[in-house]
Amino acid sequence: MDTHTPETGSQAARSAWMRVLALADGAALDQAYQALGPLPAFRPLRAPEVGMTMVRGRAGGTGEQFNLGEMSVTRCAVAFEQGVVGTAYVQGRSLRHAEQAAVLDGLLQMDDWYEAVQTIVVAPLARVHEERRARRAAEAAQTRVEFFTMVRGEN
Amino acid sequence: MNPAVTQTNPQPHPHAHPRAPTAPTARAAAPVTNLLPGFADPGVQAQAVFRVALQAMAEPGQPQALAADCGVPEGLSPALAALLLTLADVDTPVWLPAGMDGGAAAFLRFHCGCPLVDTPAQASFVVVPAGHAAPDLADCNGGDPAYPDRSTTLLIEVAGWQGGAMLRLAGPGIADERMLAPIGLPADFWRQWAVNHRRFPQGVDVLLTHDRAVCGLPRTTRVEA
Repeated sequence: MDTHTPETGSQAARSAWMRVLALADGAALDQAYQALGPLPAFRPLRAPEVGMTMVRGRAGGTGEQFNLGEMSVTRCAVAFEQGVVGTAYVQGRSLRHAEQAAVLDGLLQMDDWYEAVQTIVVAPLARVHEERRARRAAEAAQTRVEFFTMVRGEN
Repeated sequence: MNPAVTQTNPQPHPHAHPRAPTAPTARAAAPVTNLLPGFADPGVQAQAVFRVALQAMAEPGQPQALAADCGVPEGLSPALAALLLTLADVDTPVWLPAGMDGGAAAFLRFHCGCPLVDTPAQASFVVVPAGHAAPDLADCNGGDPAYPDRSTTLLIEVAGWQGGAMLRLAGPGIADERMLAPIGLPADFWRQWAVNHRRFPQGVDVLLTHDRAVCGLPRTTRVEA
């Protein structure tokens, strides 16, 4: 799986919303999901299942790949009547989170649901995630240490 | 040093869970049409089917009923679909006849993640659904002398268990003899089988399927017309 393949516009957009759905807090996602009201019928293509995946890292982006460790992942795929398939891969063991993320991924691929799901679910969750990221970055920034070398005047 | 964490999992890790989800692929938003569900409860159902496949290989020539409660793509029989969901995965290349339309291939790629190969010799599983010609057994992978288990297993759909030429089977797993008369195998299949049997310990194994049943034909089985 080559992560360096340039993504086309629709792929990048889908990656972006799948990321938001996967990183969302489970309870917040559930709340937003319920707020959507009645959804079109879907059937499970791959019922939510828990497994493990090896997370690999690369120091500095140029070093050799190494195995960082395993994490549990829950995945799910659902199919809607129109033939649209929604997929989700979510960290952790929450079956409901994976299923809801897969359903929302499917809805976001439908023209008549895109706007509603973006407004009610994706945008607020993305905002919460961004705020959380900014807060953590600010906390970490307090401990930031600048290293510099003083030029010794030896001339 | 920031470890740039990537979610790739290109190679199965020795400690990875056998049904580990692979990393997400950013697919185009183009919908995958008419994809059918696999097993509703993959762990339990695949184990049940695997148990039946073991029984079929332990009692050659004895058709075994299979609980095939899964989506069945066009072209495959319920038994073929259930066996492939059970046996095929990312480590087992699968060969499908060239004439098959995309439904079965998409089904296998989605649920099993198995590579689809062009020549029977590369395949761990050669799948021959109804209406397609089985490749010559000699063209499949008969395994390595040191590793005869690395051979191809053929899954061949037959039109029925009775009504063809009556055959007398003997060998390990058969107390005296067992009679079988499958219809729908290639005309010279049993000549090829005799050659395959003589290659022991190398050679291929066959699972004959029909509707919701499977019948084992390991390479150790002798067949007389």
